[in-house]
Amino acid sequence: MSAIEIMFWFLSILALGAAVMVVASKSPVYSILFLILTFFAISGHYILLNAQFLAVVNVIVYAGAIMVLFLFVVMLMNLNAESEPHQKNKWLLYIGGISGGSLLLVIVAALKKTVATTQLVQMNNGEVGLIKNLGIKLFTDYVFPFEISSVLFLSAMIGAVVISKKEG
Amino acid sequence: MLLSIGLPLIIEKLVLIVVVVMSSLVIAMYATFAERKVAAIMQDRRGPNRAGPFGLLQPLADGLKLFFKEEIIPNLSSKFLFILGPCLAMLTAMMTGAVIPWGDKVHFFGRDISLQIADVNIGILYVFGVVSMGVYGIMIGSWASNNKFSLMGGLRAASQIISYELAMGIALIALLMTTGTLSLKEIVQQQQEHWYSWNIIKQPLGFLIFLICAFAECNRTPFDLPEAENELIGGYHTEYSSMKLGFFLFAEYINMFLSSSVMVSLFFGGYDIPFVNDASLAESIGTNWVALIHSGVFLFKAACFLFLFMWVRWTIPRFRYDQLMNLGWKILIPLALINMLATGAFILLQQNNWHF
Repeated sequence: MSAIEIMFWFLSILALGAAVMVVASKSPVYSILFLILTFFAISGHYILLNAQFLAVVNVIVYAGAIMVLFLFVVMLMNLNAESEPHQKNKWLLYIGGISGGSLLLVIVAALKKTVATTQLVQMNNGEVGLIKNLGIKLFTDYVFPFEISSVLFLSAMIGAVVISKKEG
Repeated sequence: MLLSIGLPLIIEKLVLIVVVVMSSLVIAMYATFAERKVAAIMQDRRGPNRAGPFGLLQPLADGLKLFFKEEIIPNLSSKFLFILGPCLAMLTAMMTGAVIPWGDKVHFFGRDISLQIADVNIGILYVFGVVSMGVYGIMIGSWASNNKFSLMGGLRAASQIISYELAMGIALIALLMTTGTLSLKEIVQQQQEHWYSWNIIKQPLGFLIFLICAFAECNRTPFDLPEAENELIGGYHTEYSSMKLGFFLFAEYINMFLSSSVMVSLFFGGYDIPFVNDASLAESIGTNWVALIHSGVFLFKAACFLFLFMWVRWTIPRFRYDQLMNLGWKILIPLALINMLATGAFILLQQNNWHF
């Protein structure tokens, strides 16, 4: 097993284990901390794919900014196991489990048919993730979706301002 | 190629990491001493002068005192997170040093050894990633203390750091547009030619915004509301004692040193010696001596910034919290945006040979 494979398995187990712990841990603060760990593991995968820009942006935006806001909310609301409403309806649990399971089934079936299984991921020699190539791709081939998504972000920001104004 | 590395490289990097970590710890230690001396001079006192000659052993005495204090962990707190908080604060403070070019290169045992731990091509973004991680140490520590005042202090600190990160990032975008690279090494090398090729000449406004934000990120006066010890309750480290408190306070000094280093390498030519042609100097006295002088010059510039940090602390009172937020969101961010747009327009005009 090469060093890259060892790191791949380590990061994959870390990502999956932390993702399971997000759901399983009792305290929401711990859930968020495990979610941050998951993001770090995913960033590690990006680095293995030689996509350093994506890796660091993932850390800055998701782990660094969005998760901090999550932490803010959870810490201020002081959520914990006692304050959580007890789920009485057993049927809801069953329905949730069944629909989630069928979604998993559909995704697995869909992924089995895709071409991606026959292509090996370019480990450590792909060049498109480097910032120069990524910038050129974004501003030539994908310039329209890129601009559209920026409009989406702008409208989300304006929406946030409007909502906060109404409260005050 | 990733990970195809030999043993000499690993040893070389390990030595470099140990040297950088140890020296930033020692420099931060003596920054605490320098702070007290500077404060003393500004207030016409003598400052610490009992431990050792000129009080030089004072930082050791301080550290020893903190270690010997009783360690109290609040009863109802989450013990693991309570310990994790200061650890994260220290860790994120130390991590920035990995991408800063401390000098050009030295020549030992027939190898050229670069005086930078990792020359990643996204260097400055890495610094940002680490800075944005710095919030977690404070937030986790404050929440795990299980104390309302700590939590409020932590929120105060975190919202301040997040707010000023934005303006800092936008100010940097303007700088990156002029340099055209994210690698700190290349940014420093571009500034080597003349003293007027330093980025401070090209981006004075960007530097000013960056400097103000650096003060805010390090929780230094006039932005030290998170720990304003004499008017608000202690802040996020209210419940901490012994060396865990020491780590929080010490992380601030490491942050100060490393943000000074970042500012030196971004705006003040890094290890460039002003008015001296480095290549001809290297020919006359050899690469290794030049590297030594380079590192010395770098540290001198960083020390000047450290002095600025202290000077400001002992001169200016602090902002009120709403003033702080107003400054961050309503003044610095629009200024940084204007700076960015102006820089972009300038570069476009230049590429277009000054025609509209």
